[in-house]
Amino acid sequence: MQAVSRLRGFWPGMITARSNSNRSSDRLLYWLLVPVFVVSILPIVRLGFEGVMVGGVPSFDYFRDVLGNGSTWQATANSLYTAGLGTIISLLIGGSFAFLVALTDVRAKAALVFCFMIPMMIPPQITALSWVQLTGPSSALLNAFGIAPAMGSPQPLYSAEGIALLLGIQHASIVFLTLRANLRMLPREQIEAARLAGARGGRLWWQIILPLTSPGLIAGTAMAFVTALGNFGITAMLGIPANYATLPTLIYQKLAGFGPSVLGEVSVLAMLIGAIAICGVALHHRLLSKRDYRLMGMVGRPLDISLGARRPLIEAILWAVLVAILVVPLLALIATSLVPAFGVKLNFDNYSFAAFREVLFVQPSTARAFQNSFMLSVGAAVTLVLVCLPLAYVMVRRPSRLTKLINLLVEVPYALPGVVLAIACILLFIRIPLLDVSLYGTLGIIFIAYLARFLVIALRPVMNSFSQLDPALEEAAQACGAGLGRRLRDILLPLAAPSAAAGALLVFLTAFNELTVSALLWASGNETLGVLIFNLDDSGDTVLASAVAVMVVLVVIALMSCFQLASRRLPKGVVPWQT
Amino acid sequence: MADINLSRITKSFGDYRAVNQVSLDIADGEFVALLGPSGCGKTTLLRLLAGFEEPDGGVISLGGQVVADPQSNIMVTPEMRNLGIVFQSYALWPHMSVARNVGYPLEVRGLGRAERDHKIKAALDTVALGPYADRSPTELSGGQRQRVALARCLVMEPRAVLLDEPLANLDVHLRETMQQAFLDFHRRTGATMIYVTHDQAEAMAMADRIAVMDKGHIRQMAAPETLYREPADLMVAGFVGAGAVLPISNVSITDDRTCSVRLGDTDVAARICPNFVRNRAAAHAGQAGLCLRPEDVWVDDAGALRGSVEDCVYLGGRFRLSVRIGQDRDHVLPVYANRRARIGENVGLKVSDGWVFDRMQGEAA
Repeated sequence: MQAVSRLRGFWPGMITARSNSNRSSDRLLYWLLVPVFVVSILPIVRLGFEGVMVGGVPSFDYFRDVLGNGSTWQATANSLYTAGLGTIISLLIGGSFAFLVALTDVRAKAALVFCFMIPMMIPPQITALSWVQLTGPSSALLNAFGIAPAMGSPQPLYSAEGIALLLGIQHASIVFLTLRANLRMLPREQIEAARLAGARGGRLWWQIILPLTSPGLIAGTAMAFVTALGNFGITAMLGIPANYATLPTLIYQKLAGFGPSVLGEVSVLAMLIGAIAICGVALHHRLLSKRDYRLMGMVGRPLDISLGARRPLIEAILWAVLVAILVVPLLALIATSLVPAFGVKLNFDNYSFAAFREVLFVQPSTARAFQNSFMLSVGAAVTLVLVCLPLAYVMVRRPSRLTKLINLLVEVPYALPGVVLAIACILLFIRIPLLDVSLYGTLGIIFIAYLARFLVIALRPVMNSFSQLDPALEEAAQACGAGLGRRLRDILLPLAAPSAAAGALLVFLTAFNELTVSALLWASGNETLGVLIFNLDDSGDTVLASAVAVMVVLVVIALMSCFQLASRRLPKGVVPWQT
Repeated sequence: MADINLSRITKSFGDYRAVNQVSLDIADGEFVALLGPSGCGKTTLLRLLAGFEEPDGGVISLGGQVVADPQSNIMVTPEMRNLGIVFQSYALWPHMSVARNVGYPLEVRGLGRAERDHKIKAALDTVALGPYADRSPTELSGGQRQRVALARCLVMEPRAVLLDEPLANLDVHLRETMQQAFLDFHRRTGATMIYVTHDQAEAMAMADRIAVMDKGHIRQMAAPETLYREPADLMVAGFVGAGAVLPISNVSITDDRTCSVRLGDTDVAARICPNFVRNRAAAHAGQAGLCLRPEDVWVDDAGALRGSVEDCVYLGGRFRLSVRIGQDRDHVLPVYANRRARIGENVGLKVSDGWVFDRMQGEAA
């Protein structure tokens, strides 16, 4: 709540905010902030409005009802517990992978990184589905080996710890990516100086490497926590069967029921999640602002601390972890998609591709969902990159109080759970004021929600690359007589293209199998892949759901492989998981 | 080409006045160096001139056209000023070939391809980089990159060329070659050049006039030899050239140009700043200083001024001693000698020349 009042403190500044130059072409750039504001900030404001108005009158009734209800606080506690525990697991897995891959001489780094990125690209509900099928009594894979738990015994993953484990695995790559970016900036001189000063082994790790990389660790932890907090796929698929409610599932269940007060209550719950998320982000900013470990020195050759005789052992452990978190669940998923009926023991005589045939050729919704998801994710990636290039330019090169506020606010739609963003979009776009057009039930509303949610993913890499560019490169063009438009086109755009492409790729891969936002926004004919899988599983067609999931995973891996293969020809930095 | 006038230019960043009431007139075709320690405001002044910064007050005009005057709300953007600029970091665009880098100003101006190619070739030949036209800038050495940047300025026929510490990233050897390249360029094109540097040797070697800056002010603007022989104040005397400044209290003025100064037990004949003669009161307020350059003081065993040797460095052909003098042994003079001296040795000194000025406090010029 403190963070919210701090945000409010920015408002008077907006009126006096003035660019530090009076060039007219620059002022045009500021108009860009208007659509950004409408798409990513206005829906959230609209949702907040719903929570404080009862029948058109300002009132705290919804707050009293929701906050006075024990189930709210139980769900909050559950959310904090699963997200917290999950973050610790992410930190352990992702952190140790990042350190070992970035700093030591383990072999086959490219393959390790590629495989480690796959879990992030697989939709959470598919992760959940594959793990449930791996471990339960009706596990096709375990049954094939005859080691499944007895029928009727509880599914161990239908529990708080099960949710936390999967959240941890799902978001380990977030910690990995942020930390690895930080580690790659670590100049080897600083480690070498510590070694010359006599630091060895554990001391080197604890006193030098860890503190130097703490900004990356903190940023990764905050992102993993916020993402886990808003996760719907895993908490829904594991929590609902166990009657274990978290805030996102509580919101979902409230929405499934009807009643005049649904929106108000949901709005208050959303504010609760938003407050926790903003606290997390604010804490992260606070922690980061206290440490300015700008790394001095040339980033030359990468560090590779020799692991010596322990190298084979450590490599074996790394690959074993990858097998456990990636290969085994995927095998379980594939096994389930091949059984003739759910629960039947899989063997070499009875496997069948009937489920694939069914979803590919019989049900029209699969092809439709593939098409919708593909259009939405490509559209979002392209649009966001086009918006982000000039937007990042304004934020980096012409900073003002207004851009700083926007900089903070664009984080919110990503930090909030997708369900909350979806409700906010419904409220704002169900009947657009003035135009009297409704976007509800169209692909358009999903598209707008995607723009809001993934803006920050596309924006950050471009902002980073702009802030690293020598301003002289642009000033030289200016002295040559090039106006703003020309400079953007001839100088800045080509130089920022690799990071823009990396941002677009991340947006595409994340949006392609997104569930939480579209779960509330879809309508018949407009289903996305995430929705299709969730609905199939929800209605008991687990084998069909598995078949679709297998196809999604294959498409994602194929796409990632294409980029990997093309990476030699692409400019440096386009493929995010590459060195 | 055009003359450049700055009148009472002020620029602050927050509470910090980077440039304070600076006035400067540069004639057409002149080579002016802005010299000063880091943080003195010289780069800010150059950026104000280029239009990358907007002054808080004052007027800048190029060839009679006012390009910045906040009071009348005039601010001509950098792209409309037609000034060439060479950056310390070269600022070549890595995604363009050398030829395209050089030709970019012409591309922006919409010149035809044939005319463009002709001018690019001429400019590259001027900086002796003709064969490198199709290379990428990343394949060139530091000196070559700086010459490409120079050619990029040349091709647009600018009103003036601004250079922001262009040699700071090059090694000592290359610097001398590039200094020559800049001088050749200046002679051949007759362009007005404004050169920012913190290296006095660079400024002395190239500039027609040097403006010494400190804390946002111009301390003195003069030809290099004047700056060296007749520094206007303590800051300039200390920053430009080797030497020592001794506070003096007893000055007897002989005529408009010369005086006699009591130093230890001897009288030293010195030149005197005309300001000082007009404003004798300063002399009695302890406001006077005597600037002694090492070549003006020689070791002479018969010399009446005595001191002890603190340090002895061989420079090739002669030695430079640091000699501690004065009753309280509180001043150190750099001195040339023909023989090696022992540390601690007592030597006599003979002063052949000196410069007396009145500004011992660091007030504005």
